[in-house]
Amino acid sequence: MIPAAFDYVRAGSAEEAISLIGEHGDDAKFLAGGHSLLPLMKLRLAQPTVLVDIGRVSDLSYIRDAGDHVAIGALTRHMDVETSDLLKQHVPLLAHAAGHVGDPQVRHRGTIGGSIAHADPASDLPATTLALGATYIAQGPNGTREIAASEFYQGFLTSALEADEMLTEIRVPKMNGAGWSFQKFNRRAQDWAIVGVAAWRRNGDSGVALVNMGSVPILATSVSSALAGGASIEDAAAQAAAEAEPQADLNASVEYRTHLAKVLVKRALTEAS
Amino acid sequence: MTMTEDAPARTVLGQRLLRKEDPALLTGEAKFTADLVVPGALHLAVLRSPYAHATINSVDVSEALAAPGVRAAYAGAEVAAMFTGPLPCAWPVTADMKNPAHFPLAVTKAAFAGDGVACVLADSAAAAKDALELIKVDYTPHEAVTNLEDALSDRVVIHDELGTNKSYTWDLKIEETEGQVDAAFATAAYTTKQRFIQQRLIPAAMEPRSVLAVPQPFGGDMTLYSTTQIPHILKIFVAVLTGIPEHQMRVIAPAVGGGFGSKLNVYPEEVLCTALARKHKVPVRWTEDRSEASMSTIQGRAQIQDIELAADADGRLTGIRVRLIGDMGAYLQLVAPGVPLLGAFLYAGVYELPKAYDFSCTSVFTNMTPTDAYRGAGRPEATYAIERSMDALATEMGIDPLELRRRNFIPKDAFPYEAFTGLTYDSGDHDAAATVAAELMGYDEFRARQAAQNVPGATKLLGLGVSTYFEMCGLAPSRVLASLNYGAGGWEAATVRVLPTNRVQVVTGTAPHGQGHETSWSMIAAEKLGVDPADVDVLHSDTAIAPYGLDTYGSRSLPVGGVAIANACDGVIDKARQIAAHQLEANPDDLEFSGGVFRVAGSPDREMPLAAIAWAAFTAHDLPDGMEPNLEHSTHYDPPNFSWPFGTHMCAVEIDTETGQVEVLKYVAVDDCGVQVNPLIVDGQVHGGVIQGLAQALYEGAVYDTDGNLKNSTLAEYLVPAASDVPPITLGHTVTPSPTNQLGVKGVGEAGTIGAAPAVINAVVDALSGLGVRDIDMPASPNNVWHAIQAARASTTSSTHGGSQ
Repeated sequence: MIPAAFDYVRAGSAEEAISLIGEHGDDAKFLAGGHSLLPLMKLRLAQPTVLVDIGRVSDLSYIRDAGDHVAIGALTRHMDVETSDLLKQHVPLLAHAAGHVGDPQVRHRGTIGGSIAHADPASDLPATTLALGATYIAQGPNGTREIAASEFYQGFLTSALEADEMLTEIRVPKMNGAGWSFQKFNRRAQDWAIVGVAAWRRNGDSGVALVNMGSVPILATSVSSALAGGASIEDAAAQAAAEAEPQADLNASVEYRTHLAKVLVKRALTEAS
Repeated sequence: MTMTEDAPARTVLGQRLLRKEDPALLTGEAKFTADLVVPGALHLAVLRSPYAHATINSVDVSEALAAPGVRAAYAGAEVAAMFTGPLPCAWPVTADMKNPAHFPLAVTKAAFAGDGVACVLADSAAAAKDALELIKVDYTPHEAVTNLEDALSDRVVIHDELGTNKSYTWDLKIEETEGQVDAAFATAAYTTKQRFIQQRLIPAAMEPRSVLAVPQPFGGDMTLYSTTQIPHILKIFVAVLTGIPEHQMRVIAPAVGGGFGSKLNVYPEEVLCTALARKHKVPVRWTEDRSEASMSTIQGRAQIQDIELAADADGRLTGIRVRLIGDMGAYLQLVAPGVPLLGAFLYAGVYELPKAYDFSCTSVFTNMTPTDAYRGAGRPEATYAIERSMDALATEMGIDPLELRRRNFIPKDAFPYEAFTGLTYDSGDHDAAATVAAELMGYDEFRARQAAQNVPGATKLLGLGVSTYFEMCGLAPSRVLASLNYGAGGWEAATVRVLPTNRVQVVTGTAPHGQGHETSWSMIAAEKLGVDPADVDVLHSDTAIAPYGLDTYGSRSLPVGGVAIANACDGVIDKARQIAAHQLEANPDDLEFSGGVFRVAGSPDREMPLAAIAWAAFTAHDLPDGMEPNLEHSTHYDPPNFSWPFGTHMCAVEIDTETGQVEVLKYVAVDDCGVQVNPLIVDGQVHGGVIQGLAQALYEGAVYDTDGNLKNSTLAEYLVPAASDVPPITLGHTVTPSPTNQLGVKGVGEAGTIGAAPAVINAVVDALSGLGVRDIDMPASPNNVWHAIQAARASTTSSTHGGSQ
């Protein structure tokens, strides 16, 4: 419960944060809500030498209507995503999913940017924004760039962000009345999903992503292809694990996890139809 | 509700008083061990073996000693030399029981992952933790023993000096049973034979363990603060192990946040802090973190149970055979060998059984965290085995499981009932408890609903589980403990004093850590003495204030400690009567005492209140000749029998066969703990107990890999259910007073846990029985349930194919 020694610096702006992280090198880490990083540090599984606290970069906490999409500042807390009227109206799937992250304490501290940058395949929001076809904005010493969610997740807890880049904004396309469903299956309410599914359908289009079915959040493209080709929900759901690489853990065998993905995709598609 | 007709009218007992200890606990005013501020204390940190089984070739602490803030560092051998011997096991159940030397830090071999091998004393907890990383230990790892039957084979021996992993075999010897069991099985109309696995459980008390040893300013006195359930027992052992004379050793358990048996031990860190504080002449403290607690605090359950029932054509039990393998873990903890014995007498549950019972338990060492008593200790395991078996018998006979139980209940008019074991059950009314439970559950309606819903192809299946129990608690008559080779007695001490201003102090030898003794003991004294419970203060858990006691565990505090207080009150009343008689110039036998006032029978105007007597006893101006001043009485109470609470629990579940998810729809607990001192506290105990039993059934289980690594040491991985996961619990009570004590009370601390796990699993198996599932291992997680369904379907398919030929 006692982390190894580290230095702490607080950034007042995104530019200052990026400058500080560049100054301190590879052993420095951004600290946002701290709900992913601090537990790892307390178990001494992560031992950064410097924490750059971006928690007070207040201009990165916003939810704005940007025409065809909603722009969400990276430091927006889960509770604000969950309760945003703008998101409830235009991206209800994301607002709903944010309400299933951890417990109320976690949702009041944790941020959407922190969750996505941590790139945990078992977290709810990476897969949800992946299903929605989101774009992430990264800012580095040489300016900003856009990264498609489908290109962002590169391996277990590994993203396309460079060491001196900071995730600043999440752009989520408006759902335009699409049907949607978020299925989170776990044993205790506050736990990570054993398997989760975020899905939407609108006419022939759909987006389905899986939580905790591999080393990264999984876009179930075979399901969407099957639906586009006129397959029944049952037949499409049978393709749920086609892109997945599920691992066994204390809560699920590979066989069970694979089965569960199919059941939950079937339920999600039914609810979204 | 049944009450004895001559029960006195009660004014305080039976009220749902809010707990007087709660405001301090809820506002943070109460101080736990880690909250205590002691200037200059050094912090202890323990380096724990990453290997489950390894020879320690060398330990080099030199680099740690040079680290900032570090005052000392020790390896196991140096530490062992600070003590008169290894840590104690107080329950040598057989004369030939094997007990390996268990030193505070391992000396030659680490026997589980988490076994301490070295320690550091530093100015801060952080400095001590950092320095641990600088200690160099050279290990030779060995194959780990994590399977009980493999352990028994002695293929790999853990403690070389013992030459075997077997600690003991203990058989329950009952006269007149020779050959009876074999005969029962030979002539039985029905038999069942099943194996049940009691998975390891991590007690996970809300407050982790914490220790603070403070040398006193002069004379060598030592005060040890510890998160312990057993300050009195701990004082004796720490004194013996450190060589500090017992009269100079004081143990205090400040506010303690739960234990469930996990703080019923003499732990390495308790004796280490004491010895190091003495050596360095400074206070020394240690607080474990949660992952450390999971590995180094005792775990519970951990048995393999083979149980066979024999029954006649009506389903009446005619014989029971039980074989247990108990997993002791790496060493024998304080009472661990006795845990299976506490269950040994209960494998016939609440049922009539002739003298045809055969029980044998063999306990083994493994390379896992040591086990010991955990809420219920042996009794939940026994109840699980018999109650699961009764369901199997009902299934085999094709009759309703509740009906089978009713056929076997010991009838109400048979109490006190001498059981086949020779023990006497004090009182019981099982049919009443079952009837109340069935009504609260809506048993018949649910069965009808179940029949309608559980049709072929249904994906949501209903199940209903029943469990009854008898609990042997209130540990315990000292002579019975002697017959089981337990190292101590089972009495309890109490002192009651009425202070000059008519405020009452109760001194108890119990050591509450969440049970609400301050409230309940105040109520007992208030009832007896006719004072307001708010005017009673309860002193406890400090061996300098309450020098005698045997502490809190085994649902003993009320039926032993509470009764001791009532007895001490009687002593106070006797003395007060003499004083009142003297001052009123009346015959003591003519005085009536009620509402705190003595009155002369037939002359109601001649009266003397307790307040006046207390003042008179204090001034001592006018006492009977030869009477000593002050109004105080001390007593030590050794109970004549265990107390035998009982009850019926029922659980209704719905299972999603697609996901394996078990949803508890309704849970009914009907518990009879005799007279209830405070029904609010009884309800709380049952709620907590049910949740803990339900947690074993559905959520919890310490998982070790074959290398002996604990895979779920954090509370993110070890699934203690949270408030949002707990189903509604419907409580009912019957009241059958115990005839063996003046309050008519029985213990209730463990009852809920005992009834819950079999009720839940019986419901799960009942729901899945149509699919061919006959048993499921705990916890019945979605993964396990789904796999059980798949296995049953595969086996049904193959047997259908076989049958078609």
